[in-house]
Amino acid sequence: RRDVLVLTPWLAPIVWEGTFNRDILNAQYMQKNLVTGVVTFAVKKYWFFIEGFISSVNKYFLAGHQVNFYLFTDNPEQISHLQMAPENHLFVIPVQNHSQWQDIFMNRMDIISRYIHSQFQYEVDYLYSIDIDVQLLEHIGVEIIDTLVGTISSWQYTTRRESKSYERRTESQAAIPKGEGDFYYTASFYGGSVAEVYKLTRACFKGVMKDRENGIEARWHDESHLNKYLLYHKPTRLLSPEYYWDEEL
Amino acid sequence: PTPSCSSMKLQYTEEKLIQLFPQLFYQQPRVLAPKRRDVLTVTPWLAPIVWEGTFNAEILDSAYRPLNLTIGVTAFAVGKYTRFVGRFLESAEKHFMKGYQVNYYIFTDNPETIPDIQLQPGRRFVAVPIKKYSSWQEISMRRMEAINKHIAERSHREVDYLFCLDIDMVFYSAWGPETLADTVAAIHPGYFKVPRSQFPYERRSSSAAYIPDGEGDFYYGGAVFGGLVKKVYEFTKTCHMTILTDKANGIMAAWQEESHLNRHFLSHKPSKVLSPEYLWDDRKPRPPEIHLIRFSTVDKNYREIRN
Repeated sequence: RRDVLVLTPWLAPIVWEGTFNRDILNAQYMQKNLVTGVVTFAVKKYWFFIEGFISSVNKYFLAGHQVNFYLFTDNPEQISHLQMAPENHLFVIPVQNHSQWQDIFMNRMDIISRYIHSQFQYEVDYLYSIDIDVQLLEHIGVEIIDTLVGTISSWQYTTRRESKSYERRTESQAAIPKGEGDFYYTASFYGGSVAEVYKLTRACFKGVMKDRENGIEARWHDESHLNKYLLYHKPTRLLSPEYYWDEEL
Repeated sequence: PTPSCSSMKLQYTEEKLIQLFPQLFYQQPRVLAPKRRDVLTVTPWLAPIVWEGTFNAEILDSAYRPLNLTIGVTAFAVGKYTRFVGRFLESAEKHFMKGYQVNYYIFTDNPETIPDIQLQPGRRFVAVPIKKYSSWQEISMRRMEAINKHIAERSHREVDYLFCLDIDMVFYSAWGPETLADTVAAIHPGYFKVPRSQFPYERRSSSAAYIPDGEGDFYYGGAVFGGLVKKVYEFTKTCHMTILTDKANGIMAAWQEESHLNRHFLSHKPSKVLSPEYLWDDRKPRPPEIHLIRFSTVDKNYREIRN
């Protein structure tokens, strides 16, 4: 790939089709006997996406490797008939719904960190948070596995830093000063080792809480906080926009 | 690295330490504008290949300096090779891991012939006495064993990362934290433009360093390798074992320990690869892909030295 950046200035690889050999990576992954988890939320009307999401990730996400899917939903009855591949497990975790849809998204970080602490850390090595309104169209494999992984947002990758959707108001904990910023990462797909995702979600939620106390809400909610975190705790691997492409583009 | 919260899962040794990067102003990386289009900058197993232009030294320094790391260097100066120590150290003081603590472990059979070189603060010279073997090949092959023993006896307590370098070399440009990783190998300057069928791998199947036709990623040079001290301990042990296996079978690999190193790194891929900027041969004309020479051979009369 000569047309795109495949390495960040801090030498983290940026994963694009053509940059990796999945067979080599699979061999390395299998040697280590790892388990990867996926956490996703389907609250209120988003129950509609459950079937599409689960069937596509079951088929295309780390196919052939053990994956634990953790589905947080206020509609647990929607999933009774879903069949999982033999190496995959689906865990349905009921949640309470809140008044505004933003609240769920803001509380995702808190929910994830609490469940990592109480449960996930004992069950998986790597954990990825993926939005429910996503359908995998191609295989996503072990090339995504690394200590701290962010995905470059498809909406933002051609724009200059100044026009990126970073939170700019200094009153917010998620504020990124002008002249700073590497990439714009999407909150729809991020992850890493269970320890690093714990730190990330804790830090982001702390920022969310502080903002709430100060009566401010970040421009793009938890995504703004994620971007602030990943600026100063640079990811060890980036996924190109191939890994989360918004159909509206 | 210790996790910040209690009762957290144990970290795998392969996991990278997440560093805190301070606020820093630098040019925005451009997704559609890679700086190096002429060379491969990532291996198929997603390890970076370090070339000038691929990294921002300031960003890396800002993350690594606060970690208070000590970097070790091993180099063998046996017999007449002690004459290279002065230039090696002087140039290392100018270019190698500037601003970091460095321990130079110079393995030698005649420490008295080594000149006294002024070192910067935070940098130490340690002469490690070793036995001189009868042939230069033997001396070369025994390096793995010597490095491995020394790590166990001493350097594992003193350094975080260790680089094993040839002594008959000189630093010409910066060699910094962009080179740090779990396991590090460097691409040999003579073979980065040729197909794998022309790599001087050991081709006799009776050798433990054998690599069959049709296999091979790169040809790595034996003059530069390194990584986390624990990882270097592990792979020097493995290489020493394969070297001994060959010895027991009465065979010596085509390029001594370099052949065994290549065999090892084929099956256990390095987590970072250095471009030939980090292992150059001054006798070669400089091609356009090499923007900068950081570490290179000193011209010498092989016959005279190896006697």
